Amino acid sequence: MAQAAAHVEGQQHPIKLYLVVWGWLFVLSTCSYLVDYFGLHGYLRWSLILLFMILKAGLIVAVFMHMAWERLALMYAILIPPVLVLVFVGIMVFESNYTLFTRIIFFGAGT
Amino acid sequence: MMWIFLLSDTFIFSCFLLSYMTVRMSTTVPWPNPSKVFALTIGGTTIPLILIAIMTFILISSSGTMAMAVNFGYRHDRVKSAALMLVTAAFGATFVGMQGFEWTKLIMEGVRPWGNPWGADQFGSSFFMITGFHGTHVTIGVIFLIIVSRKVLRGDFDREARGFFTSRKGYYEIVEIMGLYWHFVDLVWVFIFALFYLW
Repeated sequence: MAQAAAHVEGQQHPIKLYLVVWGWLFVLSTCSYLVDYFGLHGYLRWSLILLFMILKAGLIVAVFMHMAWERLALMYAILIPPVLVLVFVGIMVFESNYTLFTRIIFFGAGT
Repeated sequence: MMWIFLLSDTFIFSCFLLSYMTVRMSTTVPWPNPSKVFALTIGGTTIPLILIAIMTFILISSSGTMAMAVNFGYRHDRVKSAALMLVTAAFGATFVGMQGFEWTKLIMEGVRPWGNPWGADQFGSSFFMITGFHGTHVTIGVIFLIIVSRKVLRGDFDREARGFFTSRKGYYEIVEIMGLYWHFVDLVWVFIFALFYLW
């Protein structure tokens, strides 16, 4: 038993799991492409795009990169910092709104 | 270690996407419509974003084959693992080729980092910077896929042969690390596809 475990190293998952995830990634990509194809606009478009994006990213990280079977410390160490980037996003939204505002005030709109 | 590298790379691409967001939000000139810019006319009908969609599917397929290559690597199935890695490399090379075609098309239409015919000047610089860096990552990935698949095929990891540069013993873990890098490249494309092409 110990020898068998030593011979088969690392992660062992059935190939079917990867094929199923692959299929889902195809479906999700098709969905996000159809969002553009049918020309959806506004909040519906943005929320759908972000939803499909996050689902795809989650599938890739969790299954293909084996994050789901990693220890919890690594999950936190890798996943928390990118989430904090959202704070940076918030800061830059403020900043660019202000830049746009000053550009309209001082240079006139649409030049 | 690969995870640490990927985290730092995440920040690089985050900064690119953030700067893209900032210039797009702060410009007073309308942003070119990516759906129209990247449309392709095939047999008389113009289909929006079709090339980008095909590229997305190719990269996802390459991720699928890579995941299976890692699996066969752990089972010490040398031929299947190496073959799947070479298929992955071929998909990656196709992707870069299509990106080259896309760049050529846009440059012919007059897109430059400092301007373009349809709208905000920042479109070109964002586009070339983001997709250029991503394409570089794919290219490097293809090169390393070929190197690792050759090592797998030769049985380096069964003999625990020492690496050329590191002179450390090689294990099949290398295949998993290669997989991590490759899935990361696919992951970045998911974000670029959603935020740059679809937004």
